[in-house]
Amino acid sequence: MEPLVKHEGKVVCMNRLNVDTDQIIPKQFLKRIERDGFGEFLFYDWRYEADGTPNAEFELNTARAQGATILLADENFGCGSSREHAVWALADYGFRVVIAPSFADIFFNNCFKNGVLPIVIPSDLRKELAETHAKGQWERATVDLEAQVIETDCGQRFQFEVDPHKRYMLLNGLDDIGLTLQYEDDIRAYEASRKAYQFVY
Amino acid sequence: MGKTLFEKVWDAHVVKQLPDGQALLYIDLHLVHEVTSPQAFAGLRFAKRAVRQPAQTFATMDHNVPTVNPTDVRDAIAKKQIETLMENCREFNVSLAGLDSPFQGIVHVIGPELGLTLPGKTIVCGDSHTSTHGAFGALAFGIGTSEVEHVLATQCLWQNRPKTMRIRLNGSLQSGITAKDVILGLIAKYGVNFGTGYVVEYAGTLIPQLSMEQRMTICNMSIEFGARAGMMAPDETTIAYVKGRQHAPAGEAWEAAVTEWRTLVSDADAQFDLDIEFDVNALEPQVTWGTNPGMGGGVNGIVPDPADAATETEARAIRQALEYMGLEPGTKISEIPIQHVFIGSCTNARIEDLRLAAAIVEGRKVAAGVHAMVVPGSKQVKQQAEEEGLHKIFLAAGFEWREPGCSMCLGMNPDIIPAGERCASTSNRNFEGRQGRGARTHLVSPAMAAAAAIAGHFVDVRTFQSEGVTA
Repeated sequence: MEPLVKHEGKVVCMNRLNVDTDQIIPKQFLKRIERDGFGEFLFYDWRYEADGTPNAEFELNTARAQGATILLADENFGCGSSREHAVWALADYGFRVVIAPSFADIFFNNCFKNGVLPIVIPSDLRKELAETHAKGQWERATVDLEAQVIETDCGQRFQFEVDPHKRYMLLNGLDDIGLTLQYEDDIRAYEASRKAYQFVY
Repeated sequence: MGKTLFEKVWDAHVVKQLPDGQALLYIDLHLVHEVTSPQAFAGLRFAKRAVRQPAQTFATMDHNVPTVNPTDVRDAIAKKQIETLMENCREFNVSLAGLDSPFQGIVHVIGPELGLTLPGKTIVCGDSHTSTHGAFGALAFGIGTSEVEHVLATQCLWQNRPKTMRIRLNGSLQSGITAKDVILGLIAKYGVNFGTGYVVEYAGTLIPQLSMEQRMTICNMSIEFGARAGMMAPDETTIAYVKGRQHAPAGEAWEAAVTEWRTLVSDADAQFDLDIEFDVNALEPQVTWGTNPGMGGGVNGIVPDPADAATETEARAIRQALEYMGLEPGTKISEIPIQHVFIGSCTNARIEDLRLAAAIVEGRKVAAGVHAMVVPGSKQVKQQAEEEGLHKIFLAAGFEWREPGCSMCLGMNPDIIPAGERCASTSNRNFEGRQGRGARTHLVSPAMAAAAAIAGHFVDVRTFQSEGVTA
């Protein structure tokens, strides 16, 4: 996995509540057996009209949003289906950071497994950032995972919280499985102590 | 201080607790399906890793499967995904209930049916509706594909301990009201993210009155209000359901297991981070009008007005939903005409759901212009229904009787709704495009879906039963 230490990029703002993973990557694109190539289908039904032409009104299709790598989303982003394809699509499109007041649990975990950093910020701050961004007061941000700081290009700076374990894994681009296998003796000992109901008959 | 049901199951599965809060949790049962597993198996192959416990891993195919003739998969990419699962199961020695198996079906229907799902187990699957299995007192939750690979390789998962919530469902359901109305009513009241970060235990006076099928419907939709998992303490109903099933323990092992299961209740002095009560006595049949499962209410209500929303963001969400759904504020829910009825999905495609729907449609006809179909949850459900003659009731009324699979719940197979048309659906998500691009989904119980099929619009199943067709 690609480590994420510090990321600087353009920000696009999406003012929609409860964006579900069916919108992030619609089901007709889940049939592939690879992890890559999902970016072109990101937000497909919103991004394109039924005839395949781009929907000019959709947030990602505006001239201002081109090349964005940081998504400023709203409450409960990534709710619904567990499909990791949603994160694969965001990452493949180019997003490295998603900022929102809240995320759905499974989506949140899936982000960290794919080098995408989800950052939770207070609702009030989110509202303020969306308003100043809409007014054109800022365009880009720098996210420093080591210092746990976001800085906008108009000089606003704020701290964010992140789970220390997830932070460590992302900073170092570590694979969870490798870490877990260091505890193989513990797993073996646990397996030796299992109770009757834990076996499949 | 005593422990909650969740804490008992969690504590019994911690292999290693790290000081930074992460726990390495042991997984007793890993269910696998064709859509979220190919990249996980590819990862194992790439790293030259094996499946650690093939005997605790069980696969089936459900999401992509055609329901007219399951073996005739015409979508080349879907076919590739199905074949890939077969190859992966062969190579990694994992049991598979494939298309030719009498046990194939929706993963959350067959787990309980085969006795793989048991009280006290930790169960995961690359599917958010894994919360279903919590109805047995298991800790069951959905995971992403990277985590699927992790469980295949290590039989464990790193987890932060979630918060605990108890929802006391108190009272009794009126005739015609089902578990589906309970969970839809609960989400309509509290919203689609009030459970985020929590594992929920459903308790209260309603639970002992519910069958396992109804309990599964409630736990299934826990994810729709953001809860990672929903659980219910096992009782005599649970034990009676499990006994004698194919993979359930037998003989001495059964006795030992039952003794263990009887301890799986929250202690009287256990503390929850959040404790709420939901009265079900006055609950009406529920119908959603919007594009998330919380946008709904009673069948005798009206479509809301965005002008009444508390905030501008909410007003915008309602406006967007109504535009997508083609609905005007103030419209009576019971006057919304429907063109499709789907009875199926991991929420409502078990034998009891089909019996309930069949009782409504018996001796009646599907309304003109309505396309209605029943997709049983598994081969075993289908067989049982046919032994009871339910298929004849559905066919005589004008329903299609299909082969098992996820089908129109997410429309990954050919079963989709055309743009602009409306479906009364017993599934779990009414998201934009869920049943097909531009398709309009209204979530209801099997009884309400059956009644809507006959009437051609939504109708209060309580009066429908006594007064007959009101179209």
